[in-house]
Amino acid sequence: MAYSDKVLDHYENPRNVGSLDKNDPHVGTGMVGAPACGDVMKLQIKVSDDGVIEDAKFKTYGCGSAIASSSLVTEWLKGKTLDQASEIKNSAIAEELALPPVKIHCSVLAEDAIKSAIADLKSKQGK
Amino acid sequence: MQKVYFDHNATTAIDKKVLGVMMPYLEMQQGNPTSQHSFGRYARTAIEEAREQVALAIHAHPTEVIFTSGGTEANNMIVHGAAIKNPQSTLVRSNIEHPCVARPMEALTHQGWQQNLLKVNHDGVITDEAYKNINANNVSLISVMLANNETGAIQKMSTLSHFAKEKKALSHTDAVQAFGKMDVRFDELGIDAMTLSSHKIYGPQGVGALILNKRSDIEPLIYGGGQEKNLRSGTENIAAIVGFGKACELISESFKETSVLTGELQTTLELHLKELGAVIFSEKVKRLSNTTFFAFKDIEGSTLLTALDKKGFAIASGSACSSVNKEPSHVLLAMGIDEDLARGALRISFGNQNTLNDVKTFIETLKKELQTLKQLTAIAA
Amino acid sequence: MERKPIYLDYSATTPIDPRVAEKMIPYITEHFGNPASRSHSFGWTAEKAVEEAREEVAKLVNADPREIVWTSGATESNNLAIKGASHFYSTKGKHVLTIATEHKAVIDAVRELEREGFTATYLEPEPNGLVDLEKFKKAIRPDTVLASVMLVNNEIGVIQDIEALGNICREEKVIFHVDAAQATGKVDIDLEKLPVDLMSFSAHKTYGPKGIGALYVRRKPRIRIEAQMHGGGHERGMRSGTLATHQIVGMGEAFRIARLEMKLENERIRKLRDKLLQGLQSIEEVYVNGDLTHRIPHNLNISFNYVEGESLIMAVKDIAVSSGSACTSASLEPSYVLRALGRSDELAHSSIRFSIGRFTTEADVDFTIQLLKDKIQKLRELSPLWEMFKDGIDISKVEWAAH
Repeated sequence: MAYSDKVLDHYENPRNVGSLDKNDPHVGTGMVGAPACGDVMKLQIKVSDDGVIEDAKFKTYGCGSAIASSSLVTEWLKGKTLDQASEIKNSAIAEELALPPVKIHCSVLAEDAIKSAIADLKSKQGK
Repeated sequence: MQKVYFDHNATTAIDKKVLGVMMPYLEMQQGNPTSQHSFGRYARTAIEEAREQVALAIHAHPTEVIFTSGGTEANNMIVHGAAIKNPQSTLVRSNIEHPCVARPMEALTHQGWQQNLLKVNHDGVITDEAYKNINANNVSLISVMLANNETGAIQKMSTLSHFAKEKKALSHTDAVQAFGKMDVRFDELGIDAMTLSSHKIYGPQGVGALILNKRSDIEPLIYGGGQEKNLRSGTENIAAIVGFGKACELISESFKETSVLTGELQTTLELHLKELGAVIFSEKVKRLSNTTFFAFKDIEGSTLLTALDKKGFAIASGSACSSVNKEPSHVLLAMGIDEDLARGALRISFGNQNTLNDVKTFIETLKKELQTLKQLTAIAA
Repeated sequence: MERKPIYLDYSATTPIDPRVAEKMIPYITEHFGNPASRSHSFGWTAEKAVEEAREEVAKLVNADPREIVWTSGATESNNLAIKGASHFYSTKGKHVLTIATEHKAVIDAVRELEREGFTATYLEPEPNGLVDLEKFKKAIRPDTVLASVMLVNNEIGVIQDIEALGNICREEKVIFHVDAAQATGKVDIDLEKLPVDLMSFSAHKTYGPKGIGALYVRRKPRIRIEAQMHGGGHERGMRSGTLATHQIVGMGEAFRIARLEMKLENERIRKLRDKLLQGLQSIEEVYVNGDLTHRIPHNLNISFNYVEGESLIMAVKDIAVSSGSACTSASLEPSYVLRALGRSDELAHSSIRFSIGRFTTEADVDFTIQLLKDKIQKLRELSPLWEMFKDGIDISKVEWAAH
């Protein structure tokens, strides 16, 4: 399979790999996908009191496109408000990484991971 | 002793340029074209390039090219593949088809299919009237060869196309002998499928193609890994496919020139043959410019053949495939040629390396051999 | 310039041995006759070469040259054997027995028979990839006409007990076909002793050219098959079509070299494989797929847990390996062979087949071990599943959101 240069770059040099303390009230964790489907994405965001994302980390079990999609969104998330973050669409991810049709589901998963992390944060903070 | 090869309808010597493009695939590490790593991708690219070369040479779309192990397989594939789609149907062919069209159809007649024959006339061509004698309605395939391997006679494709459309049947032509000797344009023939072979156009043996119109749907003959869009499984014969592609490219550049050359040789040869009293089959009809099929009355063909071979001339009696048995040519019998005359038939098929000098020395040798043979027969009598 | 990856995919295809290529080339350039041309010396030279090659193929497997039928490759041989014999003997019955881990060419030929009205059993092997003799015997029915079992599996390299399986077939009067495409030059084959009726061979898995193979058809007791390619009546009517002389010559030479060198070569390859195995087993959470004892030394199939398959293949692009069979690697499906052994989807996905061959060096193996160690570590650092595993979470018990 031919990967785009951007996918290869994120795959070779993934940004923001790691974990944040999931018990921290400022941290939202999203875990989406399933091992049997071949992709599991864990995305964590740390949000300041004024609602801006200060940090984002990920770990992904999946193909190169899945790794690249999650790596890319961690870059995009930093500095965004939660509202701005929830507006990130999978189509934008797919376009940025020039994903082939068979890999569109990776961008969908990344969008889901963002939504899941935000939902986790909101439920933690009782909002 | 110098050897002169006059059997190009059986097989041809590979072109040096073809060998050149094949060598890397014979010598270097190669991948399985299905493999995902770089070796595999490299092989895959080479195959797709060859597919384009084949398509270009015959004016087809690359997606219409299905690589096979040769003409025989391609012919078996279309017969079997079209028949299986339509059980109990009728298969139509001419009565001079190559055995690799005729025999699979005959085999299917034992399994519930019918076979109808289009009969050639005395000159070895199918007239428009012959089509009118086919009354079957549920026809799945009609196969008529473009040029005959023995006589070189060329069949009219427009009648075949028209008839197939009327019967809503698949039309197929075995163009193994025609391709490279005349202009063959798949997009203009108006037929659904066509068979090609590499080793008749200065390409390697062991590879050929079925050209199949995108609208046509057939069943595979060989099942497995799903190569060639599921129509022909089995690891691709990369070196041969690459060679075939190159041979197609070269032949489409050179066939016009070559056919002028062989045409001159043919004219000279036939002039002398007739002087010597030979009968030339399909003489009066449109014919490949490289093929002369002839016989001398009262001369034993196989004796003459052996004598000529000893003098360095490689010629054939009928087709190579049937030269194993001593039966007279089925093509000549279908044309209504007398059995004794047919038994003595010899075929000369020229190629791009033959010269006028080859023909002249051949005629000289032939004259001598005929004399010797006539003396021997006289003694025996 | 881009560096060429190290080739460890000999089970997908082998390079042509230079000695084989050398022998082939004169038959492309000079002796180009049609072996069926009986009327001139071009044809005779070609025919002689074809018959010499036939003897070489026969010698490697201790058969009579008259039992060897040329084909375009193992896929065609498998189709011809399975469909050809089942059709010919279909009055005896219309049931075919095979194994779930056979090559696609066998599975799909049997599937085609099913479409024609035959019934079929795809017997599951044991978790180590081997066929249980009792289960095999029980799977044979009164109407079983043919059984097909591969000698060496293409993905996991396990060697089936063909002699015992063949004896069962003899007792039950079932025709026995064996796909030996992956076996020639790797295991001893003695068809005078083995109770096998039909056997498929390929040249390009044994350092010969692509596009040529053979089918062994036993003469005593005589096995009949229905041709699937009709025409000039070549190969005693079993397989028509002009034979590619140079390819046949190549297969003959490749099999001759295999006969002379396999013993030494296998020893050398076994040492390399053992080294590779040891090196890879120093990584945590790796699983060898298939039995290690009844296995050719050329093959090592390993699953790396908590690493996703496709990213793994991307990570090891400096070596040319295969994830599952080459013939199915265009699809994203996990290997059906590993699934049949009971491996989970995840482990099947993260498997790599390393196949070692004639031109593999010790340096290649050292490089491969180091590469895998580095890349597996990197991918696991990225893997949330590895993190959970290290935290002591049982991943099989986690409820995953539907996706």
